[in-house]
Amino acid sequence: MTTMERPVLPKLIGARVKRREDPRLIRGRATYVDDIKLPGMLHLAFKRSDVAHGRIKRIDTSAAEAMPGVVAVFTGKDLMALPGATRPVGARGTYAAKIGAGLPPMPIGTPFPSPDHYAIAPEVVRYVGEPVAVVAAEDRYVARDAVDAIVVEYEELPAVVDPELAMQGQPTVIHEGFPNNLALPYVPMGTGVDPATGQVDNSAIDRAFAEAEVVISQRMVNHRVAPNAMEPRGVVAHWDAGKEFLTIWSATQNPHILKSMVAAVLGLGEHQVRAIAPEVGGGFGCKINIYGEEYVAAALSRILERPVKWIEDRSEAFMATIHGRDLICYLDIAARRDGRILGVKMKLIADIGAYNMLLTAAIPTLTMLMASGTYDIPAIRCELTEVFTNKTPTDAYRGAGRPEATYFLERGMDMLARELGLDPAEVRRRNFIPKEKFPYTTQTGAVYDSGDYEKALDRVLQLAKWDELIAERDRLRAEGRLVGVGLAFYVEVCGLGPSSSLPTGGWEHASVTVERDGRIRATTGASPHGQGNETTFAQMLADLFGVPIEHITIEHGDTGVVRQGIGTFGSRSQAVGGTALMMAGEKVRKKMAKFAAALMDANEEDLVFENGMIYVKGSPSTGKSFAEVARYAYVPVPLPPGLEPGLSEEAFFEPPNNTYPFGAHICMLEIDRETGEPRLLKFFAVDDCGNVINPLIVEGQVHGGLAQGIGQAMFEEVVYGPDGQLLTGSFMDYALPRATDFPWFELDRTVTPTPVNPLGAKGVGEAGTLGSTPAVVNAAVDALSEFGVKHIDMPLRPEKLWRIIHGRGQA
Amino acid sequence: MIPTKFAYRRAASIDEAIRLLQESGGEAKLLAGGHSLIPLMKLRLSEPALLIDIGRIPDLRGIRERDGLIEIGATTTHHELATSELLRRLAPVVSEAAAEIGDPQVRHRGTIGGSLAHADPAADLPAVMVAIDAEIHLKGPNGWRTVPAESFFQDLFTVDMQPDEVLAAVKFRPVWHAAYAKLHQRASHYAIVGVCAALAIENGTIRSARVAVTGASTHAQRLPNVEERLVGRQPTQAVIDEAASVAGDTLEDVNSDIHASEEYRRAMVKVFTRRALERAVARA
Ligand SMILES: Cc1cc2nc3c(=O)[nH]c(=O)nc-3n(C[C@H](O)[C@H](O)[C@H](O)COP(=O)(O)OP(=O)(O)OC[C@H]3O[C@@H](n4cnc5c(N)ncnc54)[C@H](O)[C@@H]3O)c2cc1C
Repeated sequence: MTTMERPVLPKLIGARVKRREDPRLIRGRATYVDDIKLPGMLHLAFKRSDVAHGRIKRIDTSAAEAMPGVVAVFTGKDLMALPGATRPVGARGTYAAKIGAGLPPMPIGTPFPSPDHYAIAPEVVRYVGEPVAVVAAEDRYVARDAVDAIVVEYEELPAVVDPELAMQGQPTVIHEGFPNNLALPYVPMGTGVDPATGQVDNSAIDRAFAEAEVVISQRMVNHRVAPNAMEPRGVVAHWDAGKEFLTIWSATQNPHILKSMVAAVLGLGEHQVRAIAPEVGGGFGCKINIYGEEYVAAALSRILERPVKWIEDRSEAFMATIHGRDLICYLDIAARRDGRILGVKMKLIADIGAYNMLLTAAIPTLTMLMASGTYDIPAIRCELTEVFTNKTPTDAYRGAGRPEATYFLERGMDMLARELGLDPAEVRRRNFIPKEKFPYTTQTGAVYDSGDYEKALDRVLQLAKWDELIAERDRLRAEGRLVGVGLAFYVEVCGLGPSSSLPTGGWEHASVTVERDGRIRATTGASPHGQGNETTFAQMLADLFGVPIEHITIEHGDTGVVRQGIGTFGSRSQAVGGTALMMAGEKVRKKMAKFAAALMDANEEDLVFENGMIYVKGSPSTGKSFAEVARYAYVPVPLPPGLEPGLSEEAFFEPPNNTYPFGAHICMLEIDRETGEPRLLKFFAVDDCGNVINPLIVEGQVHGGLAQGIGQAMFEEVVYGPDGQLLTGSFMDYALPRATDFPWFELDRTVTPTPVNPLGAKGVGEAGTLGSTPAVVNAAVDALSEFGVKHIDMPLRPEKLWRIIHGRGQA
Repeated sequence: MIPTKFAYRRAASIDEAIRLLQESGGEAKLLAGGHSLIPLMKLRLSEPALLIDIGRIPDLRGIRERDGLIEIGATTTHHELATSELLRRLAPVVSEAAAEIGDPQVRHRGTIGGSLAHADPAADLPAVMVAIDAEIHLKGPNGWRTVPAESFFQDLFTVDMQPDEVLAAVKFRPVWHAAYAKLHQRASHYAIVGVCAALAIENGTIRSARVAVTGASTHAQRLPNVEERLVGRQPTQAVIDEAASVAGDTLEDVNSDIHASEEYRRAMVKVFTRRALERAVARA
């Protein structure tokens, strides 16, 4: 063989490789759900409740049904085949026979008791935006017009809006069987709580508060926000009646979960459903949930025997896609005067909206789990109550429970520092879990894998030039300006997680195939929708096989292609999915080495995969090309003994534990004394997500997380009126931050690998939202310290701040 | 966000647009930049049967100086106003106010004529036009008509314009000592309060003063009590402060919403009046 000049391929793990996804996304060449068009496809539109709470007295669909182009209109009762249905679901003789009773109530993914929740409300509506009927029509415009032609009469019921009144059953009870609107009446966690029996022993926590030299107490609200993925939800469902097979495309974060749940609800076997998440334009948690519209689309395709499409519009997204956060905390911190914390109490009230969705009930439990933050706290007591209100249901939103814990605790740390006249960095330092103590089990039962919090603190103080920053603040204040500096530390739980922590299973799956020509196709059960795993995963395989990244395709998001999977949430793709991919890759590499060894009459242990070649260490010129070995594996003449032909392997990775990334954020913020307008002047973030595959992508994830965390602190808020009407139903009233609202983000990193996976990678998708929110509010409180303010509830609306500055009381 | 069904026609001239309006029997709407009208249609708050696109009528576009007056065609975009060399030289306040509208997309599509005709209570340009004493030039079936901006804006989304009239242009004299100061609503970037102050300063004395506010109330309007405290006096900080301190006291219907209560808006009218006056005076 003549040795050709072979390019030397750079090692890609750790390199700033540009996202391979971006060119197609930026140039409009990606395929989203709405780009999918099937012959004969019908379009769905939902009639939604415009009252927050009411009993449906009458629905008249006749005018809508009479409109040209309308194929069918179904009410909740129709579709659920409940008494009072006007349209038999078996109209075409296929549906009712197969699934008997019609669409059942939607399943949830948590073990807690839950009221029946139908995809289309059959009798009572419980939030503005809840579906009451669905139209199937020949085009989207007709479908939308027909929605307006449906007449619904409600007997209006009192709207339950304030969660603390709701807990007393005021003004009414939303769900039968859930007295005082308590979805979860009382869940304790922490010191003295026996998780097995639920028995509570107060002695340790009481002692901590009895011995305290200082106690900080504050009620805080981590308010409700809307996830606002750039692409709203959407679904296309195609029931192939001949094959009795359903294909469902959805803007989802987890097609495999969608497949299982749609099969269960429709009474199909999992072998009869293929779920595809094509390009998905962001999720931030809101596309984990399996929504009623998905079940309805699947059912209607089956009933009508035509493909159907539903695309959510932005107005619907604001009211019918889950919201995030919405937690009240009564925080108490017991400490000594030297700043050492003796005990923490968090009494949490979660306003979960009208129904339990997939993970709704579990999200606030993560707030309890993370109540210890980065601190060695000897006694912690959390108590959680979850409350139904007449609002859109809540569920996972970027950070999901952990930002809430971080916010409450980090606000508390600042209040403690202020009370004691200590530097906020110093109070934190005095309470940090020391690095020798890892793995560290918190009082709430989390087992932190690894950490070096002092190092991250030192790094961020250095990055921000803390002393100079404080001096600058004081100088500006001397000019009469209202300037504050805020610091917040965070730790989060991600890389979800062992199967014991997820009802779906906590593993991830991958497969790697080296094709006959030496090109590599890999699949991952992670379902990236903006995270960039097509790039990071390809980087890993490029290094593993010593081939150019251009020779690798990462496939995902299609249960017909990706055999198994869980999905993308809880910052798990790299830590869990990445590890599964490496495991599958290593299996293939091992087998390929056997083929190469046979071909070259070499010892497989001596082989090196590099620069598109496989060769005996030290003698690259006598090697074989990667493609040549691949070809041999598929036409193995002779077949080496003990080997099967081919190069294709799969792997499941079950992590032994979650990962716990951490970091520290600092910002400087100014408030206009005359108008109350806040403006961020500087922002510094040090994040530690363990080993990094691609710093560019990690920084991008941090940027996005910061934007959403700062967004919550400063701008974003879902507001309901006293009648349960949504007052922030469009971007004209729901303030999303814009690029011009941010200063340059100064980022740095420390690297503390995790022992729970071989990559040492922890996860970074959500981290940015944790530290930034309290850092900003801490800075605002600092800026307004001259007015004696201890705490400000988010968001930092100008009028709110103006009222503090000008002593105007509450609006 | 699906509007109801509508037809679309592109008008080649102002007269054709007027004719189409007349023929439609009140069912048509003119379409300029579409950045107020299309959102309303998508929300189904407006359901016109016909859109008459006036965006390509040559006569309606552009910024000119003629006979000592500046003339701006109705379909001139906010971006064109913001970047106009002529305006920066002769009436910089118009450029500056246009640059504060929305975001780049909005400024590249939205037009001055659309903004004035629509008369959103929180729009910026109405206050500017009132303060700089612009004339609004309208053409209808019976020919041309001119309305001073001050009386053009009448109430919430209500202007002195017939359903078959086209707003063709605005005209005003060059104005130097004028400035616009705005408190942005953080979601939409419209004005919570916007104040435009236009002064004539001669030999160190304020000869005339027109101050107009938007965002605070139903429509853009003058603040006469502020103006009174300025005319004939020297533009000192004390005079400005005194004048600004009564700003808004004459306003009756002051808006209140989730972004700003009436109390806050009233306070902001004073703050932004002072800021507008300070900037108007400071212009060298
Ligand atoms: C996100 C967003 C942010 C915005 N922020 C701001 C802001 O900060 N400040 C601000 O002032 N505005 C703001 N706007 C509004 C923007 O300036 C609009 O472009 C403007 O108000 C309307 O102009 P248009 O050309 O788009 O009019 P269109 O939407 O086309 O028309 C509006 C109305 O005026 C009528 N009309 C239009 N032209 C004429 C004419 N020549 N003669 C008679 N009738 C006519 C139309 O029939 C229609 O009823 C914002 C808009 C958006 C979408």
